[in-house]
Amino acid sequence: MRIECPICGSRDRREFYYRGDAIALARPAPDAGDDVWDAYLHLRDNPAGETRDLWQHEGGCGAWLVVTRDTVTHAVHAVELASDVKRAMA
Amino acid sequence: MRIAGRGLVNRDKPVSFTFDGRRYDGFAGDTVASAMLANGQRLMGRSFKYHRPRGVLSAGSEEPNALVTTGVGPASEPNVRATMQEIYEGLAVRSQNAWPSLDLDLMAVNDLASPFLGAGFYYKTFMWPRKFWKHVYEPVIRRAAGLGRLSGGPNADAYEKAYAFCDLLVIGAGPAGLMAALVAARAGADVILAGEDALMGGRLNAENEHVDGQPGHAWAAGVVAELATMDNVRLMPRTTVTGVYDGGMFSALERVNQHRARRGEGAPLECFWRIAAKQSILAAGALERPVAFANNDRPGIMTAGAVRAYLTRWGVAPGKQVAVFGNNDDAHRTARDLAAAGVHVAAVIDSREGVSMEGADFPVLRGAVVCNASGRKELESVTIRTAGGEHKIQADCLAMSGGWNPSLHLTCHLGGRPTWEPDIHAFVPTPGAVPGMHVAGACNGTFSTHGCLAAGVAAAENALEALGRKPEPMDLPQADDAPYNLKPLWSVPGKGRAWLDFQNDVCVKDVQQAAAENFRSAEHMKRYTTQGMAPDQGKNSNVAALAVLADATGRGIAETGTTTFRPPYTPVAIAAMGAGGQGKGFAPERLTTSHAASLAMGAPMVEAGLWYRPSYFPRGQERNWRQSCDREVGFVRKTVGVCDVSTLGKIDIQGPDSAKLLDLVYTNKFSTLKVGKVRYGLMLREDGFVMDDGTCARLGETHYLMTTTTGAAGEVMRHLEFVTQCLHPEWQVHLTSVTEQWAQFAVAGPKSRELLNGLLEQPIDNDSFPFMACGSERLGGVAARLFRISFSGEHAYEITVPARYGAALFDLLVARAEALEGGAYGMEALNVLRLEKGHITHAEIDGRATAGDIGMERMVSDAKDCIGKTMSERPGLRDPERGQLVGLRPVGAVKQLTAGAFLFEAGAEARRENAQGYTTSVGFSPDIGTFIGLAFVMRGRQRHGEVMRMVDHLREIEAEVEICAPVFVDPEGGRARG
Ligand SMILES: [Zn+2]
Repeated sequence: MRIECPICGSRDRREFYYRGDAIALARPAPDAGDDVWDAYLHLRDNPAGETRDLWQHEGGCGAWLVVTRDTVTHAVHAVELASDVKRAMA
Repeated sequence: MRIAGRGLVNRDKPVSFTFDGRRYDGFAGDTVASAMLANGQRLMGRSFKYHRPRGVLSAGSEEPNALVTTGVGPASEPNVRATMQEIYEGLAVRSQNAWPSLDLDLMAVNDLASPFLGAGFYYKTFMWPRKFWKHVYEPVIRRAAGLGRLSGGPNADAYEKAYAFCDLLVIGAGPAGLMAALVAARAGADVILAGEDALMGGRLNAENEHVDGQPGHAWAAGVVAELATMDNVRLMPRTTVTGVYDGGMFSALERVNQHRARRGEGAPLECFWRIAAKQSILAAGALERPVAFANNDRPGIMTAGAVRAYLTRWGVAPGKQVAVFGNNDDAHRTARDLAAAGVHVAAVIDSREGVSMEGADFPVLRGAVVCNASGRKELESVTIRTAGGEHKIQADCLAMSGGWNPSLHLTCHLGGRPTWEPDIHAFVPTPGAVPGMHVAGACNGTFSTHGCLAAGVAAAENALEALGRKPEPMDLPQADDAPYNLKPLWSVPGKGRAWLDFQNDVCVKDVQQAAAENFRSAEHMKRYTTQGMAPDQGKNSNVAALAVLADATGRGIAETGTTTFRPPYTPVAIAAMGAGGQGKGFAPERLTTSHAASLAMGAPMVEAGLWYRPSYFPRGQERNWRQSCDREVGFVRKTVGVCDVSTLGKIDIQGPDSAKLLDLVYTNKFSTLKVGKVRYGLMLREDGFVMDDGTCARLGETHYLMTTTTGAAGEVMRHLEFVTQCLHPEWQVHLTSVTEQWAQFAVAGPKSRELLNGLLEQPIDNDSFPFMACGSERLGGVAARLFRISFSGEHAYEITVPARYGAALFDLLVARAEALEGGAYGMEALNVLRLEKGHITHAEIDGRATAGDIGMERMVSDAKDCIGKTMSERPGLRDPERGQLVGLRPVGAVKQLTAGAFLFEAGAEARRENAQGYTTSVGFSPDIGTFIGLAFVMRGRQRHGEVMRMVDHLREIEAEVEICAPVFVDPEGGRARG
């Protein structure tokens, strides 16, 4: 598997650290309530299909990335800088 | 028998080698198999289960029979295919799976026991009386079955792994692969051409035919020569592409030095490649399939294509009287090649009726089959069945062909299934099975040379289009375009065992028996009979076994299914895949700048992650580590000690929003920290548990230096990057790990300032440099940073210099400390010192502890949000019943405490349900004069003074302990401020 780092280019997956669902970008407000925090921290879908995950190019530039990929075909559809995604959420 | 004037071996370079200690002569370019055949030696191995005598079946990597062991001692390598091993001067080859010798193998008694060892025998024998299995069958089977043996010694050879990148990976260097590589290379694409064989050209080196008016091998050599001159081409002979992975990744094994005496040259024996290719072309050729008939495993019976390869490639006649048996025109071709080379053709036996073979000066039997073979260690005769009955003819070699199976294995590695192609009675790759892979030539069911060349061009054009390149116009070379005429023949009916899977000793009747016992699916049949489960993964037998299964179950082959092909295509040594990962390659050493000095002082090292740190520094009469440790603790408590603390993570944080970042990641506030001051900080994970702790210094208005624990340095760095990039990309803050750049030493004890003032260019005092101060200093002309922080609780500093000065500074500090009746201290003393002060490490903050558990709930600021704060307020994390950090001291007869022991109420039974806590760290305190410990105990802070049972069930230690405050020395903390 290879990931196209927007900064470094196409790199082997061994250079990347995997964190999990990109929902981690949407940190709730402190007073958002237990259900919201529970969903943020613990509740995850397990789709056969498209996922959006956070990876860090730890063995490279250090950038956190949002990787959109397919768990069935293993195709990587998009790689974006997490900082860009977060800015767009604001 | 070598045939004069034939073959591509170098007759000017004789090479000798040994097989089972006997010398054989061959030529450069020979394999073990070709050289043995040239010497008339047909017996090369014994079969896996029945120990049947076996010779070569093939001339390639699919070889099931001729498995040998090369080398001696730890450098020996079992299960080497004699058809792949090139000979070199001094090569030592041994037969395997035979005892006492290949020629006289007493284990061949298994062959007589074959009625008991058929399909499913492992499962069935378990059903028999237990003692029968245990005392009779199991010992015999375990000793008798199996392939080659490992030496038992460590592998003495060097291996490598490497990455390669290209626009186009061409897999296979036969006519299709060469043509594809040539077209793509001339169009400027970056091409890797990987061929399994030492000599590129594939079947062109084995067939007696012309391409572009030249002998096929000469045309191939010309193309290879052109490719070799091109900068955009990498030729990789002796390289088997073994696997296909996601995103255009391929694994490949290069046999770098398997073909020469390789000791002492430093080059690796094998290299395991990971190849990233934008496009790929599979041109892996095809494998000829045997025909199953009784005793078709006799040495001397081989595939027709192999016979032609030995003849044309190596100039070897595999026999003096060769019979040829087939269901397709390759049988005729083989007979013609043999006759042209002057080899006696005993007969051509063609299972088809009415085929013509003009001008043959040897008997041609049509509508006939070979139904049996005689001669135990060498073929002597074959029995031919015609409409008129059966008769024997003399033959010492039988060339057989049941047709060809495309080598489509790699197209199935991503889960694709092949498609049955009725026209050629074989499976072909399903289009699109691997993204970006184009399939060309025989592996796609195109068997003529002309067809392969044309397919190579077409595949290259498709790949170039995907790469955005244009092919140059090129004329297709003239080549043979004979049609592939075949009438299926999988097995010849009759009595006796007819082999399908030679490597795992699976016969037609085994598959039929599986079907009769209702193991009707291909996967069930495979597991029941073990067909296809040997190292060759059934390359020679899968399709024929399916055909027999289909026949036995009254289905077509297409509906019977296929087996699943998985990587690797051919066996790969774990040593190659894991190259570089042994010993220190698996866990590289991180060494501090004081490492050499510590070793010189006799310090044993302990591992902290990848770091090595001194455990203690033994002196003179000390007989054990405790004496050294007690003395070193005394240095810090009474005079001054020096300790290398460079392994702590150091993260340099700069930018206008640095303070905001720290306020978010630490539970306590850092925006209020004054420049020139240090503060202890606690970090939570977002789920509310403690992640790490450490100090953070404010070096300037927008400049902080964070320290982390040694073990959590990477995790904390990643966390800070996450917060800055994923949660607050609007903040202007930059993070740099500087752990390696600074050497840092603790100088601790009542005389620490006296020591430092002897070195600093500007001496300090308690007013200019109070507790928790930090600043830039100079010593010996070098800029340094000084922090007045204390892990030991004493008046202490940490001084840090650029790493290149670390070794010199350590020597200097230790010498000055010794002059003040102190000295270096190691990890043991460090641990005791922090235990005496109740300072936590990751023994306490093990991922399950909250700030409240460690008594730091007040450090979670009410005035601001922080990572983990919301979730730390969950009721379960605030439960007063949770374990709370306490100190322990022994109060009974047993004075020893152990870490990991459980705590029970006095008088309570030491059972799991009664456990009220557990110890995390213990050590002997010279100050207190006993062992002391830290523990988590339910409601522990209310239980100071209570006596509990400490029980270590594993070490069988029990002690009475008193719960106390987790600070044993200087509870007011006055010493650190003094
Ligand atoms: Zn990157």
